[in-house]
Amino acid sequence: MIASRFPYVAAIAFAALALLPLGAMLSGDGFLLSIGTRVMIFAIAAISLDLILGYGAMVSFGHAAFIGIGAYAVGILSAHGVTDLFAHLAAALAAAALFALATGAVSLRTKGVYFIMITLAFGQMIYFLAVSLAAYGGDDGLTLPGRSTLLGSSVLKSPQAFYYLTLMALAAVYLLCRAIVGSRFGRVLQGTRQNAVRMQAIGFEPFRYQIVAYVIAGMLGSVAGVLLANQAEFVSPAYMSWQRSGELIFMTVLGGIGTLTGPLIGAAAYLLLEEVLSHVTEHWKILFGPFLILVVLFARGGIAGLLKGRGL
Amino acid sequence: MSTTLLFIQTLNGLQFGILLFLVAAGLTLVFGVMDFINLAHGVQYMVGAYLAAHFTAMTGSFFAGLALALPSALAIGLVLELLVFRHLYDRDHLDQVLATFGVILFLNEAVRVVWGSAPLSVPVPEMLSGSVRVMDGLLYPVYRLAIIGSGLAVAALLYVLVNHTRLGMLVRAGASDAPMVAALGVNIRRLFTVVFGFGAMLAGFAGAMVAPILSVEPGMGDNLLILTFVVLVIGGIGSVRGAFVAALLVGVVDTVGRSFGPDLLKLMMPPSAASQTGRAVAPMLIYILMAAVLYFRPAGLFPAKA
Repeated sequence: MIASRFPYVAAIAFAALALLPLGAMLSGDGFLLSIGTRVMIFAIAAISLDLILGYGAMVSFGHAAFIGIGAYAVGILSAHGVTDLFAHLAAALAAAALFALATGAVSLRTKGVYFIMITLAFGQMIYFLAVSLAAYGGDDGLTLPGRSTLLGSSVLKSPQAFYYLTLMALAAVYLLCRAIVGSRFGRVLQGTRQNAVRMQAIGFEPFRYQIVAYVIAGMLGSVAGVLLANQAEFVSPAYMSWQRSGELIFMTVLGGIGTLTGPLIGAAAYLLLEEVLSHVTEHWKILFGPFLILVVLFARGGIAGLLKGRGL
Repeated sequence: MSTTLLFIQTLNGLQFGILLFLVAAGLTLVFGVMDFINLAHGVQYMVGAYLAAHFTAMTGSFFAGLALALPSALAIGLVLELLVFRHLYDRDHLDQVLATFGVILFLNEAVRVVWGSAPLSVPVPEMLSGSVRVMDGLLYPVYRLAIIGSGLAVAALLYVLVNHTRLGMLVRAGASDAPMVAALGVNIRRLFTVVFGFGAMLAGFAGAMVAPILSVEPGMGDNLLILTFVVLVIGGIGSVRGAFVAALLVGVVDTVGRSFGPDLLKLMMPPSAASQTGRAVAPMLIYILMAAVLYFRPAGLFPAKA
């Protein structure tokens, strides 16, 4: 079974991530650390998306909105002089939970194509809201005065410290999602994915489980936003453009949906591929688009599916 | 003064709504018949605009450019259907979304490679330039009226096609129950190819028509696509009538809301706060409208499926 085997792959991935700063130090390549941090941030977002996409069959095309909410929580609080990381996190989680609850309550009244289009539209709504926030940079975005502070110290300025903070966040999100998926709640959620009518017949109300999962996924997604704003020391509406949401879905599918480990690998594969292709040509998307189509048409189950096929 | 402005903005809203309808009409039929979600419909609109710009510059005449752009848009749509979309009909929505997202990335970049990143502009055709007096002290550009007129003509044509021809009957039947239509011996794939090609051409037509009043640039179809989704969700997927009503509604609410939202809020709060809030809330109006419609009618105003 893929679920029981995959933690080994995850353990290897986490061990490699833990050792990466050592490699970066030995090779003297600071870029390795920055791309590693970026991969982990997007992995957090992709794993949170997998929770609803892979286990709840909710194809949300607005997940980047939560990254944006997290990022703007950092940006807006920092602009008002509140720089504490825990304050940023608390604001991000609360705002994301509220937004997820409000939009989820409307979106989950529908199914299928409607759900995709509505989540896309709500994502776009919050994008335009950010664009119109003239006080916080509007379209141009907002440069942060500095990274979040941890109990008053600015230790996160160090790339290594920030890297390990991100790694801890990723591990926490991963383990939390694993626990959720394995719990009674997670099994009911997977039941509604397979057959909502039957779940209803045996006494579960699918809507309640789906909206709770949607809110959790949104909150975890906002954690990625808090980290992303800190890494770039910059916040912009572009973080929540609908293309971003598309990329998040692709990372999840590329790695293998419904595996939690897959999105981690998918995020790494996606960002590294983007890095390599953008060095080949500035028009890298002209190669990337067809690649995406080929993955969808021929590589079902993503990278996790390929590994499973080879007995890994 | 305010009524004149309101009138102008309503006309602008109608023109925008007509545009949305041209793009939404093809999309709603494709959804309705094949249950196929095509994100790449917005780039068809962009390709139409680029083709119009290209052929207008080549021939020196907008109408000749339009006449060449339409069959080219149709051809590109059919090639895409053959190469990509055809393989996705039996897949789930997630696969369809992703693969058509790949088509968007490809085409947005492809037009950049062919025509460059700088926006192209197309001159308004001589015959339709200038303004006309609509009422006292109110001038309105002829070209925008021409867009409204041609859009209404297309809507009328669609109405006749969908409601009074055999092909239209099959399309309507397909939207309400495709497997049953196939079981009755209709080649639903071929029907779909026709619908798809027609939809691609309509989107291309919309793009070509706005080329003289908007700048033609990569990614111009993306935002329109999302507004089209709002239109479909409000109108009900598969219903051309729903798309028409919802497109005009969205067009007018968006345009009028953006210009009058701040003024309306001034009645309730201090001017500076009103203009700030107004500017923030106005772009969200149509999404709020969509949420409200969905809350009361989850399948849209005119659901096609029984």
